[in-house]
Amino acid sequence: MPRTQELHLNMGPQHPSTHGVFRCLLTLDGETVTQAENHIGYLHRGMEKIAEAKTYPQFIPYTDRIDYLCPMVYNQGYVETIEKIMGLQVPERAEYLRVIMAELSRMASHLLMVATMAIDLASSTGWMYALREREKILDLFEMTCGSRMSVSYMRIGGVSEDLPAEFIPACREFIQQFPAMMHEIHDLLSGNEIFLARTKSIGILPPDMAMAYGITGPNLRASGVSYDVRRAQPYSIYERFTFEVPVRYKGDCFDRYMIRFDEMEESRLIIEQALENLPEGEIKGKVPRMIKIPPGEVYHQVESSKGALGFFLVSDGSNKPYRLHIRGPSFVNMGVFPELIKGWKIQDVISILASLDPVLGEVDR
Amino acid sequence: MDVLENLFTNIALYARNLLMEWSVSYSVIELVILFLAIIGILGLIVLDALILVWLERKVVGFIQERPGPNRLGPAGFFQTIADTLKLLSKEDVVPRSADRWLFLLAAPIVFVPAIMLYAVIPFGKDMVAVNLNVGLFYCFSIASLGTVSFLMAGWGSRNKYSLLGGMRTVAQMISYEIPLLLSVLGVVMIVGSLNLSDIVSAQRNVWFILIQPVAFVIYFIAATAELNRGPFDLPEGEQELVAGVYTEYSGMRWALFFLAEYTNLVATAALAVTLFFGGWHGPWLPSWMWFFIKVYFLIFIFMLVKWTYPRIRVDHLMHFGWKFLIPLSLVNLVLTGVGIEIYRVMGG
Repeated sequence: MPRTQELHLNMGPQHPSTHGVFRCLLTLDGETVTQAENHIGYLHRGMEKIAEAKTYPQFIPYTDRIDYLCPMVYNQGYVETIEKIMGLQVPERAEYLRVIMAELSRMASHLLMVATMAIDLASSTGWMYALREREKILDLFEMTCGSRMSVSYMRIGGVSEDLPAEFIPACREFIQQFPAMMHEIHDLLSGNEIFLARTKSIGILPPDMAMAYGITGPNLRASGVSYDVRRAQPYSIYERFTFEVPVRYKGDCFDRYMIRFDEMEESRLIIEQALENLPEGEIKGKVPRMIKIPPGEVYHQVESSKGALGFFLVSDGSNKPYRLHIRGPSFVNMGVFPELIKGWKIQDVISILASLDPVLGEVDR
Repeated sequence: MDVLENLFTNIALYARNLLMEWSVSYSVIELVILFLAIIGILGLIVLDALILVWLERKVVGFIQERPGPNRLGPAGFFQTIADTLKLLSKEDVVPRSADRWLFLLAAPIVFVPAIMLYAVIPFGKDMVAVNLNVGLFYCFSIASLGTVSFLMAGWGSRNKYSLLGGMRTVAQMISYEIPLLLSVLGVVMIVGSLNLSDIVSAQRNVWFILIQPVAFVIYFIAATAELNRGPFDLPEGEQELVAGVYTEYSGMRWALFFLAEYTNLVATAALAVTLFFGGWHGPWLPSWMWFFIKVYFLIFIFMLVKWTYPRIRVDHLMHFGWKFLIPLSLVNLVLTGVGIEIYRVMGG
């Protein structure tokens, strides 16, 4: 059978829907992908090396900028790593505030995933609806720490600011309205015939392949593996809350999309419980003015909106880390991408990439 | 009201009389009148594009709960003019490796058939530039010319995204032309004429959308695909193909594609109004006003569809066209034929 010539297409680094500066070298047979290769590093800022030149508290603002869509969880992961190696005790109230902020951040990140999923399938109205909701979360962040995206809210041993008086009513109102707003997006997008045709049974990630590639987070849970760091190795005070670990079984784009909604619902419940039980008291524990960590090493992981986020810290006894390694979930999740898109059309490549929800800032670090 | 009703026909009559007084020969008068009609249509196209760009942005704003353009002029109306000025002043970039002539010619060529469509559309009572007896046939043959320019643009740009976009356009426009034509045939069978003015006058009592609802739905879907508008905007395919066939175009040359899209949009809506919504028929208001009210209503629906649906996948598009729309339009044709026969036997 005569065949047409294969076409090499550089998707990216300048491309509207590669979620940043990501380049994928596609080999196309007509519109079908036969080969794919990831090229990353366009956004490399040398975060891990920068950490070696900064004192421990000085690195906190950098953690905002690793995954700029879910900054609170990155703050939390970093400060908890240091608290873990130093054996610091964090006040109750600070723990609750951290959980509230981390879950809000997770919701914001998932909302952005829904938004980008919508716009990558050319439904810019879905994008606007989801971003409108995310905006409200960013307003809550601004209210608390003055910053919307690069929050730098958490400190070693606590958090930087207590909640302002208007936060709790605003947050309560937000989480009360939230299900109705989600319903609106479902009405617009999730039931749309074209949307279903573009996502259902597209880019199926079987559970064994997902585990072989080390996928974590919602992408793993959409493939039917129930693994959540918050439940498997509870950190902070997560064991005090009742919440489900949502699982979906098909592992296609639609499941990866819908599981974000399930998770947002769980986050909402956690925030509700946290607001209910929020204790009074200190927001910052007793922390030495100059943070020096005795020689040793520690690994700590938290559940970010993209998956398991780990910090591996080696200390040589000075006030700067000897080595800080970051295990970024987006980076690991991207590994499966070339494998996943083989045999799909160009348009599916976009929906699969959107459903994996990588953040290039974190992939490249 | 009569003054308004006959406004444009009176202008034509006045010009004709004036030329008669100057004792110009008959053929020259006809040419001048035609020329006036062309100027009128070009003016209409530019004005329409200005209004439509603004309207589209306002409609999107309305759908997405944001204000849309609101800085320049009343309700941001002058934004389009500012944008046009910006586009006009931009550099006309031609990629070094592009096929120069194909690349340069594609943009004007897409625009020409779009204008030519307007020649046969009856905008109001006695308001048609050329009263062709094969008007409908002319419309579709001219409209299909647009495909060539997309292929030229896609091939000439020497860009892989453009090439993919160009290939998609050709596949899409060729497959959707068939249901488009078949859907319209039902109307032609009922009227028994391809002349658009005849089709309009046949709808004096009842609009054809009531007799041919399925045909209208098919027409609407196929026309959306023909126009490359969402959810069928695959040639542009912003999210996957950067800008598809338009990737390498900039400045006014890009704007010509854009203008052609809006021109085609108005022409398609005008054709739909002529075929299914009784053309310029309507009470109280002057006929041409009715015509434009209907056209803009249809355009509003086109916009609603574009801004609520995601984009369809390329193979689904083909399946939908060939396996669903074409059989459905054939069934519609058969039913229409049977209906006409029954009507005749019943003594209509």
